[in-house]
Amino acid sequence: MSALVIAGLDKSFGGLRVTSAVNLAVEPGERRLIIGPNGAGKTTLFNLIAGELKPDRGSISLFGRDLTRMASRRRAHMGLSRTYQIITLFPRDTLLHNVLLSLLGLSGWRWNPVMRLDRQRALVAAAEAALGRVGLAHLAARPLAETSYGERRRVEIAMALAQNPKLLLLDEPFAGLSVDERRDVQKLLGDIPRDVTIVMIEHDMDVALEFAERISVMHFGEVIVEGNRAEVVADPRVKEIYLGE
Amino acid sequence: MSARILALALALAALAAVPWWVPGDYYISVSSQILIYAVFALGLNVLVGYAGLVSLGHAGLFGVAAYATASALAAGFGHAGAILFALAATLAGTAVFAALALRAAGIVFLMITLALGQILWGLAYRWISITNGDNGVPVASRPAPLGFALDVPAHFYYATLAVFLLALASCYVFIHSPFGVSLKGTRDQPRRMNALGYHVWLIRFYTFLFSGFLTGVAGILFVYYTQFISPQTLALTSSAEVLLMVISGGTGTLLGPIAGAALVVIVKNIASAYIERWNMLLGVIFVAIVVFMPEGLVPGSVRLAQWALRAIRPAASARKAGTS
Repeated sequence: MSALVIAGLDKSFGGLRVTSAVNLAVEPGERRLIIGPNGAGKTTLFNLIAGELKPDRGSISLFGRDLTRMASRRRAHMGLSRTYQIITLFPRDTLLHNVLLSLLGLSGWRWNPVMRLDRQRALVAAAEAALGRVGLAHLAARPLAETSYGERRRVEIAMALAQNPKLLLLDEPFAGLSVDERRDVQKLLGDIPRDVTIVMIEHDMDVALEFAERISVMHFGEVIVEGNRAEVVADPRVKEIYLGE
Repeated sequence: MSARILALALALAALAAVPWWVPGDYYISVSSQILIYAVFALGLNVLVGYAGLVSLGHAGLFGVAAYATASALAAGFGHAGAILFALAATLAGTAVFAALALRAAGIVFLMITLALGQILWGLAYRWISITNGDNGVPVASRPAPLGFALDVPAHFYYATLAVFLLALASCYVFIHSPFGVSLKGTRDQPRRMNALGYHVWLIRFYTFLFSGFLTGVAGILFVYYTQFISPQTLALTSSAEVLLMVISGGTGTLLGPIAGAALVVIVKNIASAYIERWNMLLGVIFVAIVVFMPEGLVPGSVRLAQWALRAIRPAASARKAGTS
């Protein structure tokens, strides 16, 4: 059974078709890269998979379960986590608190109005462990607003991993990072075990091509080429998109 | 931490001793009024401060509780029955409010609550068979729980103080709970919270119910305090007034709404005896707060105090900064 199957997915904003008959099948444990020029519809595709947008036509299923009409919050409970291209974290709170919110989202504790959250030892320990996984344990008590951009990128990844997802969507995890930070994040992603399936959007070809087994190239809302690294690099249509003529 | 407990103990002692250190029954009653509005403002602050949803219709819910109490008493209910009926009626009204208003957030939410508040005001004004219209509904007596006659102003003050402390404690527990923390998350990043698996709408709905419950408690205290309820209490100006209490004191803080309630009630009841244009005085105070402490009286005073401390002891704070 495939981890993620997308069939005939259409989405239009008014007259603009941002996703056009997209088909995609990602196998369990696979690392899939989605590339394409700006405006190709990559982030829209993520928003459709995560349920923040509703498709006009087509279907999405996760490990055989149809998600097409499912609310976004329920997809998180089904094992789907994502990071965002434009960081949407909780700036006033500490790093630990940010990760705690991510853990709490899937925990039954989230409805409890009388216990103290900071006394929930198991949750706090799990949040500390998630921060440790991305090398930020020493900054746990620091407010997010006082951290660097690279550190926030890692908090994003920690929050997604803390939810123990089956399918992880990474939206440009390397964007805006320095060379050193890029290496850190690359190592971090490389260490994610194979029981997590990963779909990544990325512009940085050097790190991204090394990471992914299969690559889907999107252009004007369509997947035009799919294959392994050598196939994609050799494809004349990819050359045309990226180099012109 | 121990300084905090000491401050809390001193505040409690000062509140408990109010009937001894304020001059006369009139001022004891004003103190009760402050606490009643503090409960109201705490209830509104749950929504405004922690959910980020600004309501301009809460006086309507306050009025539902007051009218329900007065009507139930007039229909022959006992005090306990009337209070339970009023709480149930307020919760039912709040559920309708929430279901309609939570279709939106931001300015649209504000407009819907305003409209709903106006509808309740209109009902109070026109549904004469129940509300007696402009003439209002009187409440003949106050309860006497365990022989403790609340007709005595000091006794009524203690009953109000007990309810106020319960309301404050419940707010404290609420905002530190997993639910309260989730609520603050939905205020700051609702879309993200949804993606993390939270039911943002339901979190807001339950919060609205809690806010309405506290508002109802305040409304019941109020109708026993004035022993009279009329449509004036449900007017838009009442909703705006309690919102100003929350904002001037400091939204999203526990003590802010209490400070705001004290400020408004004191100016209204005490300064108005000396200054004819007390409304203008209140306006000037609000403007001053917005200019000098835009975050509200309580957080603003903390900031100014820290600033003053640094100005007085630059050497000490520099040492402290060096070590941290």
